[in-house]
Amino acid sequence: MPPLLQLQGVRKSFGGLRVIDGLNLHVDEGEIVSLIGPNGAGKTTVFNLVTGIYAADDGEIAFAGRSTAGLPPHKITRLGIARTFQTLRLFLNMTVKENVMAAAYGHTKATVVESMLRLPRARREEREIARMAEEKLGFFGQRLVGYRWDQPAYSLSYANRRRLEIARAMGSNPRLLLLDEPAAGMNPAETHEMTELIGRLRTDGGYTILVIEHDMHVVEGISDRVVALDHGVKIAEGSFEQVATNELVVEAYLGLKAAEAG
Amino acid sequence: MDAGGTIPEPPAAPDERERPRVGVDEWVARVEERRETHRGLAGVAHRVLRFVPPPARLALFVAVAATLPLWMGRGDLFAYGIFTLLYVLLGLGLNVVVGYAGLLDLGHIAFFGFGAYLYALLSSEQYGIHWPATATVPLVVAATALLGLLLGIPSRRLLGDYLAIVTLFFGQAFVFFVNAANPTVAGKGLTGGPNGIADIDPLSFFGYELASRRQQFYFLLLAVALILTGLHFLSESRTGRAWRALREDPLAAEAMSIPVNRLKLLAFAFGAAIAGFTGCIFASVLTAVTAGNFGIPLLITIYAIVILGGVGSLTGVVIGAVVINMSFQFLAPENPQDNARLLFYSLIILLLVLTIRPLWKLAAVFGGVVVLGAVVERLVEALAPSWTGGVVVEGGRLAGAVGHWVIIPTGHGRFANVAYVSLVAAVLLLTRLHGNARIVALVPTIYLAAVVWETSFVEQPAVARWILFGALLVSLMTVRPQGLLGTPRVEIV
Repeated sequence: MPPLLQLQGVRKSFGGLRVIDGLNLHVDEGEIVSLIGPNGAGKTTVFNLVTGIYAADDGEIAFAGRSTAGLPPHKITRLGIARTFQTLRLFLNMTVKENVMAAAYGHTKATVVESMLRLPRARREEREIARMAEEKLGFFGQRLVGYRWDQPAYSLSYANRRRLEIARAMGSNPRLLLLDEPAAGMNPAETHEMTELIGRLRTDGGYTILVIEHDMHVVEGISDRVVALDHGVKIAEGSFEQVATNELVVEAYLGLKAAEAG
Repeated sequence: MDAGGTIPEPPAAPDERERPRVGVDEWVARVEERRETHRGLAGVAHRVLRFVPPPARLALFVAVAATLPLWMGRGDLFAYGIFTLLYVLLGLGLNVVVGYAGLLDLGHIAFFGFGAYLYALLSSEQYGIHWPATATVPLVVAATALLGLLLGIPSRRLLGDYLAIVTLFFGQAFVFFVNAANPTVAGKGLTGGPNGIADIDPLSFFGYELASRRQQFYFLLLAVALILTGLHFLSESRTGRAWRALREDPLAAEAMSIPVNRLKLLAFAFGAAIAGFTGCIFASVLTAVTAGNFGIPLLITIYAIVILGGVGSLTGVVIGAVVINMSFQFLAPENPQDNARLLFYSLIILLLVLTIRPLWKLAAVFGGVVVLGAVVERLVEALAPSWTGGVVVEGGRLAGAVGHWVIIPTGHGRFANVAYVSLVAAVLLLTRLHGNARIVALVPTIYLAAVVWETSFVEQPAVARWILFGALLVSLMTVRPQGLLGTPRVEIV
């Protein structure tokens, strides 16, 4: 069986700048893989390539054995890949529940005419995705349920907006979740909660997860496997301990001298 | 794939009486609510309206509108009833494109014109074609939707200002085409050039002709009710959510399985179809179409309707159309000039009441202006009687009072010009002053404005109408920048 997500020899340049240079990466079904690396290493670019926002210059990206080359982002999402954004790109002026329901567009089918006349299929689908949205929001305990369903997304606190990003990604019914720095900007308690949540996303939600994270406590707590990038090149791969002690990784994060001293 | 399975018990909404604490989520969430309570009359109306569910609003609107033909003459029904409903339909079409999908379409009027002209061509002596509306209306709607699609295809990658320019060009090209290009087809000018197309058939369905104003009005009302219902359902469906999502953030929408380009095209085509349908009714009701009907002024009017009502709000479109059409009719040239005068002075009073606090300052400004006028008029009368010998234009309830308050010289052409320039200078000066100096300077400025109004604008009703209309919009938008029923858009930085 092929891995759920496979990148082979992927390259991407912006002008003369090589951002991703011959990257090989795979994520197996049910795995949690962390992507780490210093700022500018090309981590978010990997997400943009996988989700089709950028097209790779060279190389092959396959999801569940199927090449995603040439597919627009919304079709790739329909295959079963959903992402969150590092910079939080919620639909701020829509309600919390609508944010999640909007992501269900890809797996609902009611036509414009059916929706305008509220024909049975449109009504049934509406009920289903409303129920689905409530379920996904219920994943975060009491934080995004009840009266919060109908509040605009902009009214949420920062941490809750991060959670809503994840709930929205879940709304598109993915097999693979790409989480871009889910714990960024959170306090230690919230970071701890996020670590637990990512574990539950796999065990209870059944998602396979590729996560970009800077917080090494989170990375240590969740990862089956860690992949380290620097300047668009994979410099290390393996368990957290292996990668964390890898000389190249230490050098990339702290500089050459620190690596020698260590 | 089932995430979690069960939904945890929702926490109760924060207690009404307990003061929310700063920094707590609820507090942030309810900022909006608290701000609303301080919004005065408009805020109260907004809150009351929120308790009336949309079906009840529609029923109320239809019930009130349905009584119009019972107590209105034919002319009034045409000017107030039919035109308001036409504006509602135009606003609804534009609202789909601008309000839902967030595409700044400045060529929307061209779809309206296209629909009207196409209906005219298929139901007039122009080519001797007299198809029944049962056939023409669906055909026109489909053709306009197709035109919307065609305009959308090159436009779908354009954003914001660029899209606005391209669509504005399209709108102007349409007017130019029907007015000046007027290609010869089958021996005669296709669009009739500046003369347009006249003697258009009334709408007829299955042999039943909508000939009287009353029938036309009820048909329009039915159409408005159906389209409002359909749009309400649509906005609460996957398509409506997808439109709002792409308005909020196209990239995130695309990443959330929404085909952004296709939905933009759909919005264009959908808005165009409604405009085309409105064009059919417009052409059949007016029985003539000319290029002048589809110019920039109408575009501005329709944008004013949508923006005034609150972008994205269906009820807002209806209220916007009513307000705008009523103020048009109120200021119409055939109505007494005193209407415009009344509106002018009411606007000044409204603006003062809204902007000046505390109350004693407001009273001081009012009193100051009234006393200043009375004193200046008496003084000038005593010193140079010819300076107050002018006649107040068009009598009315207010004219008598104004005549003893504002100085209007006999033969006041030059005086009016000087007064106008002084007013501009006074307003500029006013912006440089602060505090009490501004309040004091406000008194002569308002008096000067009244003088300018009575000596120049009252004599040019066409100009005065538009100036007043603009002032009305500006003052309403100052009170509620998000429109009467709109919700303020929030960006987090």
